[in-house]
Amino acid sequence: MEQLYQRDIYGQTLIELGKQNKHIVVLDADLSSSTRTSLFAREFPDRFFNFGVAEQNMMATAAGLASCGKIVFVSTFAMFATGRAWDQVRNTICYNNFDIKIVASHAGITVGPDGSSHQALEDVSLMRVIPNMNIIVPCDGPQSRDAIIAAANTKGPFYIRLGRPKVSTIENKGEFKFGKAQVISEGKDVTIVACGIMVNEALVAAKNLLAKGISARLINLHTIRPLDKDTLLEAAKETAGIVVCEEHTIVGGLASSIDEVIAENHPTKVVRVGIKNRFGQSGESVELLKEYNLTSQDIEKAVLSIIHQENRLRR
Amino acid sequence: MQYSDTQIKELELKAKQIRRLIVQMLAKAGSGHPGGSLSATDLLTALYFAVLRHNPKDPNWPERDRFHLSKGHCCPLWYAVLAERGYFPKDELWTLRQLGSILQGHPDRRTPGVDVASGSLGQGLSVGLGMSLAAKIDKKDYRVYCLLGDGEIQEGNIWEAAMACSHFKCDNLCAILDYNGFQIDGKVCDIMELEPLVAKWQSFGWHVVEINGHDTKQILAAYDEAKTTKGKPTIIIAHTIKGKGVSFMENICDFHGRAPTKEEAEKALKELE
Repeated sequence: MEQLYQRDIYGQTLIELGKQNKHIVVLDADLSSSTRTSLFAREFPDRFFNFGVAEQNMMATAAGLASCGKIVFVSTFAMFATGRAWDQVRNTICYNNFDIKIVASHAGITVGPDGSSHQALEDVSLMRVIPNMNIIVPCDGPQSRDAIIAAANTKGPFYIRLGRPKVSTIENKGEFKFGKAQVISEGKDVTIVACGIMVNEALVAAKNLLAKGISARLINLHTIRPLDKDTLLEAAKETAGIVVCEEHTIVGGLASSIDEVIAENHPTKVVRVGIKNRFGQSGESVELLKEYNLTSQDIEKAVLSIIHQENRLRR
Repeated sequence: MQYSDTQIKELELKAKQIRRLIVQMLAKAGSGHPGGSLSATDLLTALYFAVLRHNPKDPNWPERDRFHLSKGHCCPLWYAVLAERGYFPKDELWTLRQLGSILQGHPDRRTPGVDVASGSLGQGLSVGLGMSLAAKIDKKDYRVYCLLGDGEIQEGNIWEAAMACSHFKCDNLCAILDYNGFQIDGKVCDIMELEPLVAKWQSFGWHVVEINGHDTKQILAAYDEAKTTKGKPTIIIAHTIKGKGVSFMENICDFHGRAPTKEEAEKALKELE
C-alpha cells in the first residue's frame, strides 16, 4: 500500500497553487521545514514570510494580508495554530471571514516521541466552536491535495488538519467533494465514521468484521464543518448504531459533531473511539495508538458492543 | 510638506467638531470609551483630513492608504472622523452600539471605511504589518497607519509584531502611539510600566518620533518624517491627555470606559464651543 506524508503533498500542492494564482501567500512560524511550506518558500520567496516563533503575530498578519486581497496559507503545528493563537483566529480571522487557510501539521497523538506539549488532541474542538470556520481532516496524501485545493477555491477561513507520520493511501474512496462525506463501503449492520488516519484503521476493522459476518458501512467524514448531515442520518436510520473514530479528544470534535446531529434528529447508539480525557505522552506512533485505544481492534470492539446490545434488545 | 497657518487652524476646528460628535454619540449610546477617543482626536483628524490618500466615495479603492485602529475601543473617534469625511451619513452616529447598527461597540467591517475589525487588544500592529507586506508584494505605494493605545502595548503580540515590522523593513508603515498614560485600572506607570519607551522601540529597530499629540503642527511634521524615513518602520509616540478638551474628563481614569451623562454632555459641549 502506498504511504505518503500529508505535509509533502501540502508543500507540492502549494507550489501548484502558487503558479496558478499570484495572490497565494504563505506564512510559517519557524517550522517551514517540518510543515513543508519551505518548498513554496524556495519557489516563491517574495510571497513567503517566516515569522519566527511568533504564532499570534503570524495569524493577525494573515488577516492584514487577506484584507488586501491575498489568499493566505498559514502553517505551523496544530498545537500552536489553534491553541497559542486562538484569539487571533477567532477575532481577527474568522470574525472578518477572511480568506485564510490554516494548514496545521503534527496534529494528534501520532506526533510521537515529542510528547504531550506537541500533541494537539483538541484542535478540531477549538476550531469548530468558531463561526465561519470550515474544517477538513483529510485521510491520506492524495486527499490532502484535494482539501488544500478546495480551501483555496472556497471563500472564507479553513482549518486543515495534517499529521506527522506517513499515512496509507485509501484506495477506491471515490471523488472528493468538500462538505460531502465519502461512503467507502456500503454496509447494513453498523456504521463506522472516521476521519484522518483513523479511516485506515476503520478499513481494517471493517474487513475483519466482514470475516465475522458483520457488514459495516464505512464513512470517511473528511469535512467536519460544514457537516454532511444527510449521509449521517441515512446511516443512523439504516444501521443499528454508529462508531465514531478520531485521533483526537472525544470532546468537541468529530464525535461531538455527530452526537449533536444524531441526538437532535434521529437518536441511536453512538460509541466513540477517541482520546478520553487524557493528555498525550512520548512513544512511537504505533505504540501510542495502542496505548490510547485507537487501533482497528478497538474499533471492532466498539462495533461488536453495538451488535451485542442490538441482539439483547431483540431477545 | 508645508502647511499654512490657515490649514492648521482648520484642522484644529475640525478636531473640536469631532470631539463634540464623540461626546454626543457616547451620551446618546449611554456606554463607550470617551477618554481615549478624545486623547487621539488631533492625531486622527490630522491623518484623515490632511495626510491620508483615500476616497470616501470608494472605500475599497485598491490604491488607498490603509488605516487600522488597533485600540478598537476608541471607535467613537474613528466613526466621527469617517462620518465627517463622508463615508456614511452623520445620522448613523446616533445609532452607535444599538442592535443592527453599522456602528458596533468595537470596529467591524460593516462600517464603510473599516477594513479589519478590532477590539481584542494587541493584534492591530500585526494587521498593519500584513497590509504593509501586501503592498510590497503588489509593488504598490500606499502607506499603512496603525493607531495603538499605551495600555494595549502591554500585550505580547505587539512586540512580536514590532520585531517583525522592522525585520521586514516596513518603511511604508507608521504606528501612532496614543500615550495618554492611563488604562482602565489606573496610571499606566502604576499598572505596568512601559518606560523607557523610546529606547524600547529603537532597540526593536524602529525610527521613533516623539511629539505633543495635541499640537497639529508637530503631528503633521511627524507624519511627514515617517513618510520620508526609509528602510525601517516609524512610530510616532504622541504624548496626549486622556479626555483632552473636556476639563472634567481630562486625566480622569473613570472616563476611560464610562459615557457622559446627559448633564455632563451638555457641560462638555459648552466647553467645546
